[in-house]
Amino acid sequence: MNNAAAIKQTAPDFNEPAITPEVGAQFGLNADEFALMLNIIGRTPSFTELGIFSVMWSEHCSYKSSRLHLKKLPTEAPWVIQGPGENAGVIDIGDNQAAIFKMESHNHPSYIEPFQGAATGVGGIMRDVFTMGARPIANINALRFGDPSHPKTRHLVNGVVAGVSHYGNCMGVPTVGGETQFHSAYNGNILVNAMTVGIADHDKIYYARGASPDQPVVYVGSKTGRDGIHGATMASAEFEDGVEGNRPTVQVGDPFTEKLLLEACLELMQEDMIISIQDMGAAGLTSSSVEIADKGGIGVELDLDAVPQREPNMSPYEIMLSESQERMLMILKPGKEDEARAIFEKWDLDFAVIGRTTDDKHLRLNMYGKTWCDIPVPPLVDDAPIYDRKAGYYKLQDEIDNAAYALPKDSLCETLRQMICCPDIASKRWIWEQYDRLVIGNTKYSSGQSDAAIVLIPCHPDLALDAGEGSRATKQKDSSASPQNDKPQKALAISSDCNPRYCKADPVRGGMQAVAESYRNICATGAKPLAVTNNLNFGNPEREQIMAQFVGCLEGMGEACRKLSYPIISGNVSLYNETSGEAILPTPVIGGVGLIEDWEKALPLGFQNDGETIILVGEDGNHLGQSLYLKEVHGKEIGTPPKVDLESELNRGSYIRMLAEKGLITACHDISDGGLLVTLAEMAMAGHKGAALIIKNADAAYWLGEDQARYVVTTSDIGNIMALPEAQKIKMTILGKTGGKDLKFENGESISVDELIDLNERWLPDYMAGK
Amino acid sequence: MKTSIIVFPGTNREHDMAMAVETACGKKPQLVWHKDTDLGSPDLIILPGGFSYGDYLRCGAMAAHSPVMKEVIVAANKGTRILGVCNGFQMLIETQLLPGALLRNKTLKFICKDMHLRTENADTEFTRKLGKNSIINVPVAHGDGNYFANDDMVKDLEAHDQIAFRYCDAQGQITEAANANGSSANIAGILNKNKNILGMMPHPENATQNWQKNKTGLPLFESIMEALA
Repeated sequence: MNNAAAIKQTAPDFNEPAITPEVGAQFGLNADEFALMLNIIGRTPSFTELGIFSVMWSEHCSYKSSRLHLKKLPTEAPWVIQGPGENAGVIDIGDNQAAIFKMESHNHPSYIEPFQGAATGVGGIMRDVFTMGARPIANINALRFGDPSHPKTRHLVNGVVAGVSHYGNCMGVPTVGGETQFHSAYNGNILVNAMTVGIADHDKIYYARGASPDQPVVYVGSKTGRDGIHGATMASAEFEDGVEGNRPTVQVGDPFTEKLLLEACLELMQEDMIISIQDMGAAGLTSSSVEIADKGGIGVELDLDAVPQREPNMSPYEIMLSESQERMLMILKPGKEDEARAIFEKWDLDFAVIGRTTDDKHLRLNMYGKTWCDIPVPPLVDDAPIYDRKAGYYKLQDEIDNAAYALPKDSLCETLRQMICCPDIASKRWIWEQYDRLVIGNTKYSSGQSDAAIVLIPCHPDLALDAGEGSRATKQKDSSASPQNDKPQKALAISSDCNPRYCKADPVRGGMQAVAESYRNICATGAKPLAVTNNLNFGNPEREQIMAQFVGCLEGMGEACRKLSYPIISGNVSLYNETSGEAILPTPVIGGVGLIEDWEKALPLGFQNDGETIILVGEDGNHLGQSLYLKEVHGKEIGTPPKVDLESELNRGSYIRMLAEKGLITACHDISDGGLLVTLAEMAMAGHKGAALIIKNADAAYWLGEDQARYVVTTSDIGNIMALPEAQKIKMTILGKTGGKDLKFENGESISVDELIDLNERWLPDYMAGK
Repeated sequence: MKTSIIVFPGTNREHDMAMAVETACGKKPQLVWHKDTDLGSPDLIILPGGFSYGDYLRCGAMAAHSPVMKEVIVAANKGTRILGVCNGFQMLIETQLLPGALLRNKTLKFICKDMHLRTENADTEFTRKLGKNSIINVPVAHGDGNYFANDDMVKDLEAHDQIAFRYCDAQGQITEAANANGSSANIAGILNKNKNILGMMPHPENATQNWQKNKTGLPLFESIMEALA
């Protein structure tokens, strides 16, 4: 449908201001950047052109503060098909299949309008993934809220969770896991990071690159409105005066339209019609057309009259900068327009040919019978300023003396009672029961059941080919698509991790730890860690301390990813997360993906059977610095975070995977927040089964230290485990046996699993109910 | 034995349903696009879960007026077996093939969790293999699953053995605590008077595969497949 005819053919008076350096500054361009732009164009830009330059050179699109440092991250491995630079990263998972994934933040919008902010964040990341030809099969999210006592926190939790639930559930993509933490540093600036994992066949992966001159430029999806224009930075009296200008800058999501867009795109992608495709996310039509032009080394000429519009009298500036959701831009093979149109019309979506590619590397925009923009494309991307911002000296925290934080005699249970219901450990059931974790039918383990979510990989991204016949895929090519019943079915393991307190205390070690913990969580399920996406949430990079955090975290992260062969294949940088000069904790979230060849071998975290031996893999706990115990029981965030020994992470990770592969262990949980004590309690609660522990040790650091590279496993086959050669090289300690209704300690203390569950489950619902 | 699963724009559990059908009878069902009016003369029509047309109006209300539904109603009145789950149940209510209404959950939130269901009527083609009072443990995933019928309607449903499933605890007790969405008389699923139509909010199709938490939903599919074989 094309409603161009309904729109006035002569330009209304848009009352656009004269372009001066001051107007440029309002758009976020500093004096040097403004001068550089004038130099590139060789004349004063039009209002539309200024808008395009400023948004392409914004931090969000150009990564101007982070790019120098991101370049240092490892992004390659033999199984990496596509690293950073496309809509999402791609890895090979065998059998001609690929996993495509990315994590992205929607922090500021979610603080302003939690429901729509979170919903469109989830919608945006799913679009990034299915733009590449992948069927999204799992979502996870990493949420950080302010202190529970802060007056806005409850409202924000409520809205964000409802928004995530609304969009993901309606799309029919299961939300299978994630993490939620609370800390006063997020009081004025919450974090909403959403990750989507999809699958595609190798020969059906689509990229933004690849377009050539004289090919049709096609717009599909929702109509363009005035929502989200130029994010929140735009300030222009002309727009503020009018009603249109007062619309909120947060976009409104429509998951139903996106579901249609998903199905229509995947249907189209079964045919050989698309040359290049880019979703319209941040900076909408501007960034999508510039990306396609730049990556193809071509130009694009658009007839903006032909863009499907939601409201009349839109200016070229508004059309180019709108962030209306659920839209895509694609370059089609010439002559395929009608066939493609038929598919989109079947799904009742707008489809419009809005221009053609050219050979002059210019972005040319025509509307109302005149040209509003004619600028060279390469400088928008290549000449975007890059800043080597100064990273100041970062003072690390001092070590602490463990002796000062000893446990009183016989206080293990009392300490556990305190820990198990603290906000970061308390069950997040209230949240994840609002997420459809089961749709598609391939979920093995979701939230609370294992260290990483386990989702079976369908045999074909077009689910209709997998399990039904019919008109959804009328021209299906059967053959390799049918399930191979003789072969075990593969599954993906997915997790998100970060300990921001560690990152603040020691950015290098914190960045390293986030990767190590992700690696551990994947290994704990028996899966092989393959690659990660990162979501780098930091404060204002123009401040030296923040830049030091950023550079430090990336250094640690890079080192860990290199050593663990766990490359970063996609990601997102979110800077300026501060309110009134108060920055958030540095929060570089790692979204990890692993592969397990046979889903039946995937391990849960809960105790499974009575009478099994519980084993600690790794050294005894000895490090209390920055532990959750210090924070919750002593009210202190002090000390150094635990050391990260990547060699041990590597060895023990592969050892755990080997035990899982041989079927020698029945459950596995990594030791992280709350140390061994909380780990054992979580295993007991998840399995609804107690244990009798035989360890004679009263040290706080033993029970609550968060030393790295450690796992707790259960087995009914201790003899065979000890007989393995690895048992000589890796320290293992028998902790006790599973069974009964209580967690019993060697000193005679005991607590019932029911009580633990009650304490653990009660905190969040009580908090949300205002109790 | 032919099964047609109707796919509306916004339907999202057709794949889950197709897997369950294939597991129960070894034969792939046919997916019928909502714009088609040829159902393919099925023995069983399934209306699966999802958010048809976005469910921005009352859930299932738009789908109830879709062209394909006219054919479904004709088939239903001729005795063709119809299974509507979740959004499909909402459609059956909206077309008035089944009585009552489905309201917002009493929690006012979407609920996705495993629920115990007690089989109230095992003397139907859908429930024969489950057995009277047998308990199945299947997930719900809905925002509007709070079944409403007034006292007279509930009495009428009971009098005609139309209540197929009730929410119960693990021991089979019909308790308020087990009734997470607030349904009248703990009703989770109902039949029409002829017993050729079953509508239910919970998802038995998500309890049919080895990797799912349990397979207690499978006998429901096996029952209807056997009955129609």
